Amino acid sequence: MARLLGCMLLLLGWLTACASTERTGGLAAPETATGSQGELIVFAAASLSEAFQEIGRTFEAQQGARVVFNFAGSQQLAQQLAQGAPADVFASANRAQMEAAMSAGRIAAGSERIFARNRLVVIVAPDNSAALRQLRDLARPGVHVVLAAKEVPVGRYSLEALDKLAADPGYGRAFRDAVLRNVVSYEENVRAVLSKVALGEADAGVVYVSDIAPGSEVGRIEIPDAFNVVAEYPIAPVRDARQPELAQQFIAAVFSPAGQATLQRYNFLPVQP
Amino acid sequence: MMRRAQITSTSIAPTSRSATRRRRATLTLLLASLPLLAIVLIPLAALLLRVQPALLTQHLFEAQTRQAIALSLTTTAMATLLALLGGTPLAYLLARRSFRGRAALDTLIDLPMVLPPSVAGIALLLAFGRRGLIGQYLVAQGIEIAFTPIAVVLAQLFVAAPFYIKAAAAGFAAVDRELEQAAAIDGASPLRVFSAVTLPLAGPTVLGGLVMTWARALGEFGATIIFAGNFPGRTQTMPLAIYIGFELAFERALTLALILLACSFGVLLTVKRLLGQTLRPL
Repeated sequence: MARLLGCMLLLLGWLTACASTERTGGLAAPETATGSQGELIVFAAASLSEAFQEIGRTFEAQQGARVVFNFAGSQQLAQQLAQGAPADVFASANRAQMEAAMSAGRIAAGSERIFARNRLVVIVAPDNSAALRQLRDLARPGVHVVLAAKEVPVGRYSLEALDKLAADPGYGRAFRDAVLRNVVSYEENVRAVLSKVALGEADAGVVYVSDIAPGSEVGRIEIPDAFNVVAEYPIAPVRDARQPELAQQFIAAVFSPAGQATLQRYNFLPVQP
Repeated sequence: MMRRAQITSTSIAPTSRSATRRRRATLTLLLASLPLLAIVLIPLAALLLRVQPALLTQHLFEAQTRQAIALSLTTTAMATLLALLGGTPLAYLLARRSFRGRAALDTLIDLPMVLPPSVAGIALLLAFGRRGLIGQYLVAQGIEIAFTPIAVVLAQLFVAAPFYIKAAAAGFAAVDRELEQAAAIDGASPLRVFSAVTLPLAGPTVLGGLVMTWARALGEFGATIIFAGNFPGRTQTMPLAIYIGFELAFERALTLALILLACSFGVLLTVKRLLGQTLRPL
């Protein structure tokens, strides 16, 4: 019996030890291990995955700190922040989610800056068996379209673009309604839209230009500027960041010429700060 | 099968002392159970405490909430029925026949229970999707599965059917063979033996497995969102509505989460009651 209790105590000790490393951002990396620097936690929209990972690698090499990324739909990140998840930097795919994080008190109002812009594009399956050539073809009956859910920034932008097309006499409301009838799924994030079109499970989808990786096999149909929606990406330090200095340095790295060039390479439209 | 340990008492202790010892052991057991119980119960309590009853009823009557509930109930009922029809012969085979590769088959049936649900979803898409191994031929026949309610049922069946198969196999294996032989000697056909002897005797275990399958299907998320996608009223089950509603409609997500909890808990408890399967102290 005593031995059992001893085991339980050991287990409890182990659990609390885990819990205390948990607070330092998951992996048990004591802050002293990376010198005085430690670990920076960056919450970033799924569409930023590749570009930010590259910026992060450069940053790690320069600063000698570890960068831990949490990529997900902006709405999910904002929600996680609202629920008190530990983070140092938040980069959102739209203003609404940044504001959600603000109203939850995790981001100071006015501390956010737009660091990149993006635009929408229609992607078509690699084999394009539905023979989609122009926007108008999306309204053809039987075409499978996937959009992101309206809860996700890109999903809302997609619906905005469709509304703009509906207001145009050349397309009209019938066009928009026909396209919406063709939607088979509202995906949880922009990468899921891309995957399903790339697999050929859907004929077309709407994603950010930056989501199309170089050398990707999906086809593209451009959305003219008049109907396109320019997405703005704000970035801000988290108010109760455990690494406030590192957070500022990381944001500076995103705005640096090198950072902006990286974003541009991944098809984001850079901003001139 | 584990053999029950034979406990032989060498000396008969006075009852009062053994009773005290037993009480102390119970207390120790209870203390040792607390950490894990806390990990399970505290999050559930947090969920309950966060809900505002007024909002609960308000969201209950929203179209999207009702659609998700209706879709969840119909698809899980369908998946459970298919598990029963397709899983029963398989369970009987595993319980009563020894053949080469039986162990491999048994393990294969375990797999969906341990696979990450997203892997299940990708596998289903690669099999039954429009460009899938089988799906491409179905599309040629004009049958599309991905992004339809059928895909929802298939996803649920894939992850949840093993629970029924395993339970039913255990149930069939535990039935006394002599009773079946007696019925057979009296001239009952194999099917009659199965329906009149085997199934009633294995009943509680089989039903328990069926309920586990239903409960697992009700909570299915990962495979569904990949294979069936998310379309309100068509493929958006309760877990999907909860996940997607996490941001714009946090309260709605909470409402659905609570309904899901109440449904699962209520049904599991009822079935346990009916079967008298609640743990009785030995």
